[in-house]
Amino acid sequence: MELVLTSLLFFALIATAIAIALVRRLFAVVMLAGVFSLLAAMLFVLMDAVDVAFTEAAVGAGISTVLMLGTIALTARSEKQPSSYSLVPLVIVVLTGLVLIYGTLDMPNFGAPDAPVQQHVGPDYIRKTPQDIHVPNVVTAVLASYRGYDTLGETTVVFTAGLGVILLISGLGRRPRRRKRGDD
Amino acid sequence: MAIEFDLDFIFGHINYWLFVILMLTGLYIVVARGNLLKKIVGLNLFQAAVFMLYISMGKISGGTAPILTDNPDEIYSNPLPHVLILTAIVVGIATTSLGLALIVRINESYGTIEEDEILELDRQKSQAEIDQVAKEASRSS
Repeated sequence: MELVLTSLLFFALIATAIAIALVRRLFAVVMLAGVFSLLAAMLFVLMDAVDVAFTEAAVGAGISTVLMLGTIALTARSEKQPSSYSLVPLVIVVLTGLVLIYGTLDMPNFGAPDAPVQQHVGPDYIRKTPQDIHVPNVVTAVLASYRGYDTLGETTVVFTAGLGVILLISGLGRRPRRRKRGDD
Repeated sequence: MAIEFDLDFIFGHINYWLFVILMLTGLYIVVARGNLLKKIVGLNLFQAAVFMLYISMGKISGGTAPILTDNPDEIYSNPLPHVLILTAIVVGIATTSLGLALIVRINESYGTIEEDEILELDRQKSQAEIDQVAKEASRSS
């Protein structure tokens, strides 16, 4: 059952990704990106990462879709037809893929309990969380308490990005605008 | 490397290969498409595929989400990749929004978000500057 669901999700994910590459209307691209995020969230649930799943659904399918819609409203509606097709990107991508797949050959099987990832601090956190933190959700305990400073650093990154966005687009519309390209 | 390509190995690794395919679709969009917004979407695809790869490494067969239950024999998947990826998702949206703001700003200055048109405009501008300098030099000599 789980295998069937996972294969279906993978099929849908790859189909969505290829559709994003082919579609030229940017509105469709943004919507497909939202679909991709929701499918990814489902896959995260199947892989036991429930916290990641709801963050991905809220952030990937929610906020980022809204931001991208705002961007296409301010810029262009569709992608220009390319003047020439080149094989170079495809060659680069296939070569990268071969190297990456060669890298996976050494990895432990999916779901193996004796994989190196499962050996060190992960089980420790699960064992100690009930005594140390008294919350049942281990992900929350690690995120907010054991590695709380990392989360503080993360909020600094978000703050900096927000500052950058404000500096970049403040005064938009007050500056004299160039003539808009007719892209409809 | 002595690796047996038996059915067990293939089923244990096919998910990694599918993540690689997703990753490469994203990379292809970033490299081959000239539209800046589409490049950002491609970057997001790539990023999501990396997240899935990370999460898949923490999964244990027969395990459950790392939320503690009363059953002492429960097997939990590794919570550490989940924490890392939670942080990465939030940082990812921060960088995406910065990129989108840059696109809006570029569109304001150039009137387009197509890479080749922007390069062409830049080329014309620098050519005009070179012509200007050459004209002034020939006038003063």
